[in-house]
Amino acid sequence: MPNFSTNEFKPGLKVMLDSEPCSILENEFVKPGKGQAFNRVKLRNLKSGRVWERTFKSGDTLEGADVMDVDLEYSYTDGEFWYFMDPSTYEQYGADREVVGGTEKWLKEQERYEITLYNGSPLAVTPPNFIELEIKETDPGLKGDTAQGGSKPATLSTGAVVRVPLFITEGEVIRIDTRTGEYVSRASKT
Amino acid sequence: MEVETPLLSQGTVPDPGIEVFSVSSAAAAGAQRFLQTSPEFAMKRLLAAGAGDIFQITKAFRQGEFGRHHNPEFTLLEWYRVGWDHAALIREVAELISEVLHCDGWQVWPYRTLFMDVLGIDPTQEGAEVADWVHIAREQLGSIPENLDRDALLDLLMSHCIEPALRDCGLVFVTDFPASQAALARTLDVGGMTVAARFECYVGGQELANGYWEQTDAGALRKQLDAENGRRQMRGLAPRPLDERLLAAQRQGLPDCAGVAMGVDRLLALKLGADALAEAISFDWSRA
Repeated sequence: MPNFSTNEFKPGLKVMLDSEPCSILENEFVKPGKGQAFNRVKLRNLKSGRVWERTFKSGDTLEGADVMDVDLEYSYTDGEFWYFMDPSTYEQYGADREVVGGTEKWLKEQERYEITLYNGSPLAVTPPNFIELEIKETDPGLKGDTAQGGSKPATLSTGAVVRVPLFITEGEVIRIDTRTGEYVSRASKT
Repeated sequence: MEVETPLLSQGTVPDPGIEVFSVSSAAAAGAQRFLQTSPEFAMKRLLAAGAGDIFQITKAFRQGEFGRHHNPEFTLLEWYRVGWDHAALIREVAELISEVLHCDGWQVWPYRTLFMDVLGIDPTQEGAEVADWVHIAREQLGSIPENLDRDALLDLLMSHCIEPALRDCGLVFVTDFPASQAALARTLDVGGMTVAARFECYVGGQELANGYWEQTDAGALRKQLDAENGRRQMRGLAPRPLDERLLAAQRQGLPDCAGVAMGVDRLLALKLGADALAEAISFDWSRA
C-alpha cells in the first residue's frame, strides 16, 4: 500500500496506525507563530470502533490500509459464521460474531449489506438504513387503543424484537430503521 | 512610506519550520526563484538603503500550511519603525488591533512566565536534556511524535497547551522567546538570561502577528541564519543558501529598528467572527 503524508490525510482515508486499520475522521493543522508544524488527527480504529487522537509532525507519513467497502448479499449462517456473497462473482465471505457485531438481527437472505473488507476479509457489516421484515409473533392488538398511540413488542423473522403499533398483526411486513431499531411504517404492498 | 517588493526572489529563509515554494524557469536553466514567505528580506534592504519607516500589504506563500487558520497563500501587513524597539512596537500593534477588533486592553507575558504559569514548567531550565522534554510533553499530551528536538518539543507544548490557554485572554503579547527561536531578532540579556527580542501577538488564542527588535549586527545575523541551517540539517533537511544580498545590505548598515508582520486574512476573519480563515478569503487553497 502507498504511504500518505499528513497533508493528504482527509476524512475517510484508511491508514495503518499501531498495526491497526483506521479511518481518518479529522485532520487539524496546528502551528505556533513560528516553528514546528503539527497535525492533530482523529482516527477511528476500524476493528474496535474506538476513536484515537494523535499528533503528528507535519510531513510524517502513515501506510495506507487495504480497506474497502463492498456490497454483498447475505446468504446464511451456520451459527459460527455469517456468509455473504458477491452476486457478480459468487465469491463467499464468512464473517464471525465479532465482525457481525450485533447486526445479525437485521440480516435477511438476499438483502444487500455493506461489508468492509480488510486485506480481503470482512471487518465490519453495515445494514441498509431501512429494512423490511416480516412479523413472526405479536399479541393481537386491542381495538380502540390506537388513538393513544400505544405499542407492543413484536418478534421479527430475524429474531429481532421491536415495538410496533397495536394495529400491526402477525404475518405483516414492516419497515424498520436499523440505526435506531425503531418501527417506521407498514411496508408498501407489492 | 508604502513600498512594494518582489514576490519571487533568489534568496529565501533557512527557517526549518517554513516550507518554501520554488519556481524554476524552463528558459533559464538553473534559475531557481523562491516565492517570498514574507517580505522581510527585501524590506530590510530598503531600510538599509535609507527608506525610513516603511509598510506594505502583500501576498506571502508557505507550502503545506493549510488548515482552519492557515492558507498557503495569504496576505501580510508588514511594517518597520526606525529607532523603535519591540516594546514600542507592541504598543502600536495593540492600538491597531484594538481599533479594528475593539479589544478591551491587552497583556504582555514573557515566554518563560507563561510556561511556568500555565504548565508549571521552566522552559529555560539549565541542564534539561531532550529526553526530559520528551518526558514532560508525554505527561501533558500522552503520545507525541518521534524525533523532536528541544525547540520542536517547546513548539508542541506552545501549540497544544499554551495557545488553548490564551483563548479566553483577549489580546496577548508573548515576549522574550528562547534565544534559539530568535530568527532575525536581536538577543538581549534579561535577568541573566539570553532571550530573543521578539513578540507574538495572540487574539483569542490565535496568533496574529510576529514582531522583532531587529538584529542589526551582520555578523550575529549570519550566525543566527547558520544556526537555523544547522537545525535544518539536524532534522534531515537540506540547508538553504543564505541571502547574500540581505547580508551585504546588513553589513552596510541596517538602522536600529523594529518590524512586525500581521496576518491580514486572520485579522479579517476575527473581525467577521468567522470560524475558519476560508470564510475571509475569496477562494481558499482547496478552491483556488
